[in-house]
Amino acid sequence: MEKLTQRKRDLISITDYTKEEYDHIMRMAAEFEASPNQQLLQGKVVAVLFFEPSTRTRLSFETAINRLGGRIVGFSDSNSSSVTKGETLHDTIRMVSNYADLIVMRHPLEGAARYAAEVASVPVINAGDGANQHPSQTLLDMYSIVKTQGRLDNLNICMVGDLKYGRTVHSLLQALSQYQNPVFHFIAPPELRLPEEYRLYLNERDIDFAEHTEFTSVINQADIVYMTRVQKERFSTPMEYEQVKNVYILRNSMLANTKNTMRILHPLPRVNEIAPDVDANPHAYYFEQARNGVFTREAIIAYTLGLKNI
Amino acid sequence: MEQKDINTQLKVSAIQDGTVIDHIPSDHLFKVISILKLDATSNQVTFGANLDSKMMGKKAIIKIANKFFEGDDIKKIALFAPHASLNIIRNYQVTRKIRDIGLPDVVEGAIKCFNPACITNHETVRTSFTVSNKGHLALKCKYCEKITTGEQMIIIP
Repeated sequence: MEKLTQRKRDLISITDYTKEEYDHIMRMAAEFEASPNQQLLQGKVVAVLFFEPSTRTRLSFETAINRLGGRIVGFSDSNSSSVTKGETLHDTIRMVSNYADLIVMRHPLEGAARYAAEVASVPVINAGDGANQHPSQTLLDMYSIVKTQGRLDNLNICMVGDLKYGRTVHSLLQALSQYQNPVFHFIAPPELRLPEEYRLYLNERDIDFAEHTEFTSVINQADIVYMTRVQKERFSTPMEYEQVKNVYILRNSMLANTKNTMRILHPLPRVNEIAPDVDANPHAYYFEQARNGVFTREAIIAYTLGLKNI
Repeated sequence: MEQKDINTQLKVSAIQDGTVIDHIPSDHLFKVISILKLDATSNQVTFGANLDSKMMGKKAIIKIANKFFEGDDIKKIALFAPHASLNIIRNYQVTRKIRDIGLPDVVEGAIKCFNPACITNHETVRTSFTVSNKGHLALKCKYCEKITTGEQMIIIP
């Protein structure tokens, strides 16, 4: 029999977790929300290694670690680390493994976190590897959905904006596909259409979805409207970016006929894709969503270190 | 029929002991040589291209003297030659024939990831892909999770 307790429980990709584990994280996040300060990490050191800056994600993880009573070592961008001296990721991770009980890392290269998890002797949590995966974001999105809708089954979800490069969109649709009867509406310009591999993924599972190029009344049926930012750094030329950056903007006037329970999510930061007049609308949930990130990350850390098993 | 096959094979000199890889698409001959690292072997290697084949029109064939492939490693030739067959030769006789070798489940260290932003293209990391063929060949990178298609495959030298 495999010794589960001895298996390193990394979180690199949202598909690393089973549905049972998603549900467990959701329950734990609710527990941490009810009681955020628990000294579970007392005496433990967490390495927070950000090879590219991401203030929001780093602060969220560091807040979670602090609330759990852990101590933090690390760096907030690679300019302040030995990477500038040419040290390989392999060597940095080997070294840090000697010091810390857990590694939380963000890296601009795709697959860096999976590789680090192979090299590290301690568990690794991926806080974003380029355009690939950002599983803690997906879990906090799911927790926000559970909190606002009371369920993860039978949801109508509109995803809007950059569906081609938007990793949060890809991970969220994979995770929600584990639940009963999701219906997806994808709203994007042709240049930023959902990639074929994900359309195939949904087709293979017989999951209902429709693609739209117009931002129309389709949101009136939605339980969740998931907005995304068109990220400049994902385009090869500035011209390509300019052509699509302002295509879909959600305005307050568009929300008049939406369901009362509908909530608008956004992984943040936003640029202009949600007009400021939406912020005061009760449908807006993106700031609370960010707050949920701390509780979700407390849950992920506790689970990763085997402190809160299923 | 059998006689004709032998005639075709004999256009490339016979080997006493070793392996004959047959039914390789002619335009993929050098890719098969490359992925098996036959360009770096000290064994005697002979090959022929654009040989007539009833099944394929034109085909290529490779004969490697005193070499017997073991395990699943040989399966990676199916990435470029999906219908290749393997003939094990002992004392000039075919002692074992494997038709349609079949795709490997995993390919390690042989193919470059097509994604320029993948860690394997920036650090010394052995590439690893899970292979699927649902109508077209797709290699999913273990690290960046992106797909390298059959047309995008580049062999690591």
